[in-house]
Amino acid sequence: MIDFDFSPVIENFGSLMHGTLITVEVVAVSMILSCTLGLLVGIGRLDTSRRLLYGICSFYVFIFRGTPLLVQLFIWYYGLPQFGISLPSFLCGVIGLGLYSASYVSEIVRGALQSVDKGQHEAARAIGMSRRVTMRLIIVPQAIVRIIPPLGNEFISLIKNSALISLVTIHDIMHEGQQIISVSYRSLEVYLAIGAVYLVLTWSVSRLLRTFENRLHTKGIQ
Amino acid sequence: MMTQPKASAGALISTIGLFKYFGDTLILDDINLTVQRGEVVVLIGPSGSGKSTLLRCCNGLEIAQKGIVEICGERLSQQGQLLPERQLDALRTRAGMVFQSFNLFAHLKVIDNITIGPRKVLEQHAEESRRLGLELLDKVGLADKADAMPGNLSGGQKQRVAIARALAMRPELMLFDEPTSALDPELVGEVLQVIRLLAAEGMTMIIVTHEMNFAREIADRIIVMDRGRIVDSGTPEMIFGSEANPRTRSFLAKVL
Repeated sequence: MIDFDFSPVIENFGSLMHGTLITVEVVAVSMILSCTLGLLVGIGRLDTSRRLLYGICSFYVFIFRGTPLLVQLFIWYYGLPQFGISLPSFLCGVIGLGLYSASYVSEIVRGALQSVDKGQHEAARAIGMSRRVTMRLIIVPQAIVRIIPPLGNEFISLIKNSALISLVTIHDIMHEGQQIISVSYRSLEVYLAIGAVYLVLTWSVSRLLRTFENRLHTKGIQ
Repeated sequence: MMTQPKASAGALISTIGLFKYFGDTLILDDINLTVQRGEVVVLIGPSGSGKSTLLRCCNGLEIAQKGIVEICGERLSQQGQLLPERQLDALRTRAGMVFQSFNLFAHLKVIDNITIGPRKVLEQHAEESRRLGLELLDKVGLADKADAMPGNLSGGQKQRVAIARALAMRPELMLFDEPTSALDPELVGEVLQVIRLLAAEGMTMIIVTHEMNFAREIADRIIVMDRGRIVDSGTPEMIFGSEANPRTRSFLAKVL
């Protein structure tokens, strides 16, 4: 019979919550970065005839999707100072997570944009809309409904991957948990508590996106 | 230096020596077409004869590798070169297009489908464009559908909204690409009725259609295409009469 003792978790509840808050902050800012950059890169990869733009965007996806997040984080945190660039750890976490995730988001965006019927584009151009306005007012709004389900998956990955930022000295929930373990030696209880916190975060995000998706559907957007 | 052939004056649309290929396949083979202001021209011919492609060349949705397209007195394309984007966009506002598959903006209400062009392209005020939009909906018999979503309309209703959307730009000419081909038979009439209304108002139109009775009734001039060429051209009486050329008669014998 395992002898559970959750008292270290309860006694250090405050610091765990503080770590959770840091995790949420880093993840939230990373999501914004990831979506913005992912959208731009996804659009950049739509038109293969614009060689330079397409090349740059493809190279970006090649690098950031093809290498481990941990390696990227370490480069931002330990590698850049060799060039005299020392970024604060919080910023390293945000940039590391955001750029990594954006490479996945860009593929989600590209797929969704390409799935919008060609006739929508033609109809918009036929009334004199520019490429840019067509993209902004006609194509992107229709692609969003199709972006949401895979984006939910990506956000969940982002939240879970954020555990790695503790390794670049950000005091997130993972870091706080390890501090507690180093004093109390109650690994199982603390990791169970940390797991529960991540579960609440991922569940909240998927609920939020589900609600948003339903709202779009009730507005009649297919 | 060779001088460019000049499009005839007073023409709203003219194409000179258009050749278009998809890959190695010749789609348009030396098309010379002139449409005068106020004229209703109907394009007929077998599937794959190049009718829709020709129509799409008239607003730059397709581009012919050789030849010249002029609309509204401006050169839209020549020898495979389209106008620069900005001028192209401006010129397109003057030519309305109606598609076989309607292509209504699926995420916008009916009224917004109609007003988005005037608001975002012509920079009309929201109120003014809404007033005009409702007027146009009334004209196509759909005043009660302003707040409906396109997904909840019948095919005939969708196509009438699409016509209203094109008219909202106050175009000088209208291009119809098989406007009734995707419709159930009982819904064709309501769309044709709207096109008749436009013809009566003197709108310049090119209509690609398989509705032969409608073509005969509405056209000032019918153009018959086959394998990328214009094989016959004349008034409905001539085309549907006994003096039409053999290829026209064999096509009509199959479809009538």
